[in-house]
Amino acid sequence: MADIAFLLLIFFLVTTTIETDAGLDRMLPRKTNEPITIDYQRKNILQLVLDKEGGLMVNEELIDLKDLREKVSQFVDNGGALRQDENYCAYCKGNADPTSSDNPKKAVVGINTHRETSYGTYIIIQNELVAAYNQLRNREAERLYETTYTDMEETYQKPGTSAAQKKELKNKIKHLQLLYPLNILEPQQI
Amino acid sequence: MSKFAKKKSGELPAVSTASLPDIVFMLLFFFMTVTVMKNSDVKVENVLPNASEIKKLEKKDRVITIYVGAPTREFQKVFGTESKIQLNDKFADASDVGDYILMERAKKPQELQNVLTTSLKVDKNANMGLIADIKQELRKVNALKVNYTTYEGDAFNNLK
Repeated sequence: MADIAFLLLIFFLVTTTIETDAGLDRMLPRKTNEPITIDYQRKNILQLVLDKEGGLMVNEELIDLKDLREKVSQFVDNGGALRQDENYCAYCKGNADPTSSDNPKKAVVGINTHRETSYGTYIIIQNELVAAYNQLRNREAERLYETTYTDMEETYQKPGTSAAQKKELKNKIKHLQLLYPLNILEPQQI
Repeated sequence: MSKFAKKKSGELPAVSTASLPDIVFMLLFFFMTVTVMKNSDVKVENVLPNASEIKKLEKKDRVITIYVGAPTREFQKVFGTESKIQLNDKFADASDVGDYILMERAKKPQELQNVLTTSLKVDKNANMGLIADIKQELRKVNALKVNYTTYEGDAFNNLK
């Protein structure tokens, strides 16, 4: 009897998962006394403005929230620098538009919000940004390692992954993040 | 009539209760393991937004939670309907967030103090002004790792 009881106990122990929270991870910039000024060319910044009604402007052009992902991915992957330029991006597959970003490493997305913007809309923006970057990182992961970035991250998080595997994955993930770094700029609200 | 003739009475033997302690212990263990101690009631409306590109918050001991949202019905008389910050089980201002983080950080073991994540559980109808204030406060105390906690789902549901 005790055996059966223990068996059941172990069964429940293994099958019950305590509910875990999930969400979007972000790093805030360090606190500095002087305001951070950035020395960037205008074309390397994608300016998003969210007004209090939930409307979205990208580079002073009103667009639908649903088109944001495409817009961001086009901007980041543009690769506008010329071949002889030091910023030339060999792996970009964008339109190479000279008026858009030079290189994913240079590309910055600025998010301006109003004090009355709803948090739900803000999360949509953040989510679409991550989605756009994941899409690009997935593409590169498939080219370089024949797997996807999101899969790699998942395996990394799994408890069964061995230390050696983790180390290898970490390097690969780092490399992909370096190819498409997520640069977000959030100026103080007006 | 052999000596070993079986006694054939029609009565059923009584159910053995010898296993009862086992069962009780089993249940006890089960509930002990699945119960999560909740140290605070949520006093604000807390319908989190949806997002699809989410990552799990592993390791509960490394998380500090901040709730934001409009006070629930019973607190509206006192605190109004504007979005509020809830730290532990009290309503607070954005300026209290820094102290709270430092206090919570001090409670954690030394080796975890540098790897803490702040989980922002914000109602989807809250305003960004408050969030921006919180983020400024977090930067002041160097709590830079933030997680916008959400439900899993299509992000565009947030508009409804």
